[in-house]
Amino acid sequence: MISVKQVSKKFGKLEVLKDFSLDFELGNSYAIMGPNGSGKTTLIKTLLGMVIPDQGEILVKGIPVQGNHQYRSLIGYMPQIGRYPANMKIGQLFAMMKDMRPEIKGYDSELMEQFELERMKDKALGTLSGGTRQKVSAALAFLFLPDVLILDEPTAGLDPIAVEVLKKKIKKERKAGKLILITSHILSDLEELTNRAIYLFEGEVFFADTIESLKEITDEDRFSPAIAKLMQWTLKKNTAKKSLSHV
Amino acid sequence: MFKLLKYALYDMVKSRFALIYTLFMVLVAISIYQVSDDLGKVSLSLMNIMIMIVPLISAVFATTHFFNNLEFIELMLAQPVKRIHVFLSQLLAVILMLSLALIVGFGLPMFVWGADSSLLTLLLVGVVLSAVFAGFAFLASVYTRDKAKAIGISLSLWIYFSLVYDGLVLYLIYSFADYPLEKTTLVLMMLNPVDLGRVLMLMQLDISALMGYTGAFFQQFFSEIFGVALAGGTLMLWVLLPSMLALLKFKKRDF
Repeated sequence: MISVKQVSKKFGKLEVLKDFSLDFELGNSYAIMGPNGSGKTTLIKTLLGMVIPDQGEILVKGIPVQGNHQYRSLIGYMPQIGRYPANMKIGQLFAMMKDMRPEIKGYDSELMEQFELERMKDKALGTLSGGTRQKVSAALAFLFLPDVLILDEPTAGLDPIAVEVLKKKIKKERKAGKLILITSHILSDLEELTNRAIYLFEGEVFFADTIESLKEITDEDRFSPAIAKLMQWTLKKNTAKKSLSHV
Repeated sequence: MFKLLKYALYDMVKSRFALIYTLFMVLVAISIYQVSDDLGKVSLSLMNIMIMIVPLISAVFATTHFFNNLEFIELMLAQPVKRIHVFLSQLLAVILMLSLALIVGFGLPMFVWGADSSLLTLLLVGVVLSAVFAGFAFLASVYTRDKAKAIGISLSLWIYFSLVYDGLVLYLIYSFADYPLEKTTLVLMMLNPVDLGRVLMLMQLDISALMGYTGAFFQQFFSEIFGVALAGGTLMLWVLLPSMLALLKFKKRDF
């Protein structure tokens, strides 16, 4: 469905993605992990065309993303920090987003109802709390029944009830056979919601396979210790590099 | 594209800046109409004010607008819409709002107390200058990530074209007073949209004789259709060039 081919991206001197290649298949749910600054959000933004790679290309359904905009109607995106026009009201925002995609007639307003956003539709977006803003972002991501869901730290800032509602929704969409990408630092959430693990380290793919094989390789039978082991390995790899460079 | 423009304009109308700007322009125009009955004098005074204020307001407003709407722009970029359309809708919304404020602000008193061709030229020049400086402001905005820096650059451009440039030209003319400079000054004038607008206005007012030999030369040049076409064409270039450069950068910018 989505393939990333040898993508490189630099912000100034900082190499955020280094010769990055990955494939995402429909029907799978991917956990994208990695320390802060490892390139998770940049990867997501390149998929959406918000960040333009220096080299390489990204194909969605075999069509290059560069210079194309239609493919974005396949994607529901929930940003890490939802930033919306401050003067606009919740109801207006939803009306506008629907207006932007006139070809889509059926909407999925399940999350809107469960988060009780309808009740707050006259509230200006600038006055919302961080958690409510997250709810708006989540409801928008699912609204157009997209094939691909890209969720950047979906549960951060939500209250426990909302987290459960959102997780239930994600599981439901997963069963429906959608492609889901989730970045998060909360490993228990990821274990619940995904079947593939991708571990990024300093802009490179350090691990990308099923969660079972991750457990096998690391010789752990639970998810969190397996990830912890991966992190230790990356640190070792780093020190190994350093010691070599001093020779 | 039109939907994007609609929502961009909608947001702008709500910011109340448009109303304040229009009211300010009405007040300026009314006060000047009160001072004199001679339409020539009125348009000269209005021109002097407009040529300073319109580029300034345009530069500052367009820059702040871009950064205040960065959220909206980012939101739109994740939607199935073209980047070019996102950019053009924002730029057009700014130009439309500034032009409308100017046309209503100056036009209303003109409607009441009468106007002549020079006053209509004044409106046209005002609209073009708004567009030129909105283009500069967007150019400064897409190349920087910091609002303060972008406003600084926009203001510097305004100071350069409105104040510094004339000083440089005067210095040049004094230094080379012994040489025939008509054609040189003509070219120099083309390189500054504010000067271009001002001279187009002055030609209408028939006071170019006050500008001495050079003025007479301009009069001769601009009264020909070729001259007006060249000046208008150059002004159009001034509208398009910064906006196009900004658009090219916007297409490659990371959000």
